[in-house]
Amino acid sequence: MQTYYSDLLVIGAGLAGERIAVESADAGFDVIVLSIVPARRSHSSAAQGGMQAALGNSAMGEGDNPDVHFADTVKGSDWGCDQEVARMFADTAPIEMRRLAHWGVPWNRVVPGKSFYFKGGEKFEKVEKEEKAGLITARSFGGTAKWRTCYTSDGTGHAVMCTMDNRCAQLGIDVRDRKEAISLIHDGETCFGAIVRCLRTGKLEVYLSKATAVCTGGFGRIYKATTNAVICDGGGHIIAHDTGVVPVGNPEAIQFHPTGIVPTDILVTEGCRGDGGTLLDVNEERFMQIYEPDKAELASRDVVSRWMTHHMRQGKGVKSAYGEHLWLDIRHLGDQHISTKLREVDEICHYFLGVDPRTQLIPVRPTQHYTMAGIRTNKDGAVYGLKGLYAAGEVACWDMHGFNRLGGNSLAETVVAGGIIGAKVAEYLKGCETVFKTELVKQALNKQEERIADLISGKNGKEDVYSVRGELQDALMEGCFVFRNGKDLEACVTKLQGVLERSKHVGLRSNGIGANHELAAALKVHGQVKLGMCIAKAALERTESRGSHTREDYPERNDQDWLNRTLAYWPEGADMPDLKYEDASPVFELPPGDRGYGGGKIIPADPEMVKSKTITK
Amino acid sequence: MNRELQFNIFRYNPQDPNSVPHMQKFSLNETENMTLFIALNRLREEQDPSLIFDFCCRAGICGACAMVINGRPGLACQTKTKEMHPEITLLPLPVYKLVGDLSVDTGVWFREMYSKVESWVHTSTVFDPAAEEERMDNSVAEQVYELERCIECGCCVAACGTARLRDDFLGAASLNRIARFVVDPRDQRSDKEYFEVIGNDNGIFGCMGLLACEDVCPKQLPLQNQLGFLRRKMGITAIKSIF
Repeated sequence: MQTYYSDLLVIGAGLAGERIAVESADAGFDVIVLSIVPARRSHSSAAQGGMQAALGNSAMGEGDNPDVHFADTVKGSDWGCDQEVARMFADTAPIEMRRLAHWGVPWNRVVPGKSFYFKGGEKFEKVEKEEKAGLITARSFGGTAKWRTCYTSDGTGHAVMCTMDNRCAQLGIDVRDRKEAISLIHDGETCFGAIVRCLRTGKLEVYLSKATAVCTGGFGRIYKATTNAVICDGGGHIIAHDTGVVPVGNPEAIQFHPTGIVPTDILVTEGCRGDGGTLLDVNEERFMQIYEPDKAELASRDVVSRWMTHHMRQGKGVKSAYGEHLWLDIRHLGDQHISTKLREVDEICHYFLGVDPRTQLIPVRPTQHYTMAGIRTNKDGAVYGLKGLYAAGEVACWDMHGFNRLGGNSLAETVVAGGIIGAKVAEYLKGCETVFKTELVKQALNKQEERIADLISGKNGKEDVYSVRGELQDALMEGCFVFRNGKDLEACVTKLQGVLERSKHVGLRSNGIGANHELAAALKVHGQVKLGMCIAKAALERTESRGSHTREDYPERNDQDWLNRTLAYWPEGADMPDLKYEDASPVFELPPGDRGYGGGKIIPADPEMVKSKTITK
Repeated sequence: MNRELQFNIFRYNPQDPNSVPHMQKFSLNETENMTLFIALNRLREEQDPSLIFDFCCRAGICGACAMVINGRPGLACQTKTKEMHPEITLLPLPVYKLVGDLSVDTGVWFREMYSKVESWVHTSTVFDPAAEEERMDNSVAEQVYELERCIECGCCVAACGTARLRDDFLGAASLNRIARFVVDPRDQRSDKEYFEVIGNDNGIFGCMGLLACEDVCPKQLPLQNQLGFLRRKMGITAIKSIF
């Protein structure tokens, strides 16, 4: 048995994980980073759009500052976020973007002079100032008052990921790929590291550490249709949640995107609709104008997703081998527009569908996109329930996104949170002494060895892991997707109880030797069903509509009863999550109000309570 | 549509003492818009769960799923079956160590490369969080980004004649990485310092100019231009060092 020791163990080598590692290594601590894929393949690298930070360098970003960014973020969250965290984030983001520039990110820069931009298909002119030449520029993103999104062409995530990984190499940080943490080592109070399966050999290894940070991204893969990479399967959530003492924050807060392509659910940009693309049904007829006469296809992400789902429920979907979908039509935009303004969409259609969008329709459907849900931490990134355990990035519920995340805020969160939380980890490590109990380590290891042996021998049953996972994915798509209502959620919970039972009886069909994928899937499927159950149960209990959580039977945002955050615990041996609640924000810098978009009625909170918690900055 | 696809897939699990390298045949019903990503996952889930292969983003931006597809290195995720003959042969990339079946260890290869070429900006400037960012011309930033688009799939190295013959050859991906820092004004390394890393037969002078690296690059990186650019620069550096 190989045992490795470090001051800090980071699980997940995406942007958040590597940023924490860099911050701690800079402070002189010994860090090991584990990743199931080579670091640069992390899902962070797939983000194309950019990172929000109020630098205010570009003409359309003039007058921007962290206060405006803060307000956009809080409104975007539908007042579900922790405002102290949103404030820290908005204040720190500009410094982090400059630091990334110093480390080597080739941010696009301000080019002085006249240029054109498009909005709603119309052409406008802007003039960039001479004195801003060469500073980091920004582009426009939904939900923001100013152009604030720093970018590197159409590969921001990729460029930042390369730079961050280079920084790790420079600092000599030990980044190990093809390593998957399958459980945490803990005594119910403190975390001491993790039991890890090597994805080259299949062997188990022990990693002991004074502090552990989980940075494994979202869990979109528990849904059948998701834009997430195949590695975004909830592994990090599961090992934390499995301890029984760590809650998942706001599991019901899941974001959906209207236009994932079918079959592979790769995203095509909202720009298609922004520039005049239309959505068609099985009869090749437009339908969005029926539901949203004013905005039609240009309504917000969540609204369009809802009506698309509704329309398919009306029997107007196109049947395919991969389930039902609708059509996105950009044929009328013409060759020139498609070849220049929508080049990326053109390429996706070509490479993954073999479709020419100039003459053919693009098959699309609403698709799971982002999990605001995550391992609940305090504002320092310390996970509730276990000392020495931290979380950052999409895996965490830190919680700056509340019930809806704005574009460009997730990628920025990875490095901003990574920097802030990395410094807090270093503070924790300073003068930290630990005693590792060998018996505890042995027990943790034995438990995993036993699980693996049971799966291989089929001791608990012969349920097929892929079939169990498929049933979970279908249940969530049916009962817990874009629209939710009491009846479907109850059915979903009941169905998931059955799936949970099946997941206890999974047995392998293959021999499980070496880099075996079936074993990896089998080790996490039970935890995945538990996560699914947390989503369904929390969504059933939350009798209001807030951000991405839409209850057809409770259309109002109810600040009177639901201005809070769900905490889903799963005590050992339980067959249902234990839901608790805490205030959404300890203070209000921006008291609850109208978001300015999305419509909907608000049942106001108690004015006395709001007044007592409101602060001025 | 409705073709029956025949897959001929390399099988070997080095961790299993009973495993012997061989080719295995599978057949699968083709569906609309099927890619090798869909096909391989269906094969694993429906027919043989012991099948080992890698996918990550499944959208052509992470490089995980490179393999030899009908004799040519490429990304499985962006390969559509409808554009192929119904008999499909899949092999793991050469050069890299085999993890199992179609999966190879690109991670270790690339991490070693980072330390060989010191893949980071070398600068004596210290970051000042209170100061405005250092200015840069946008066209320079775009030039740097063009070279940073490499997704480390390993296709260029797998297709490289020199790399197949000599395992100490840096390969196009590494030389492209060096070029990325050469054009970056933030990196203060001199040509002489770069020469010490790549001015030899393991580096820029080992390239036979067969052009396969650029032919197979799924991101269409201008690899040959970079090799030419570096070769000239290093040639001049070598001559200068004589005088």
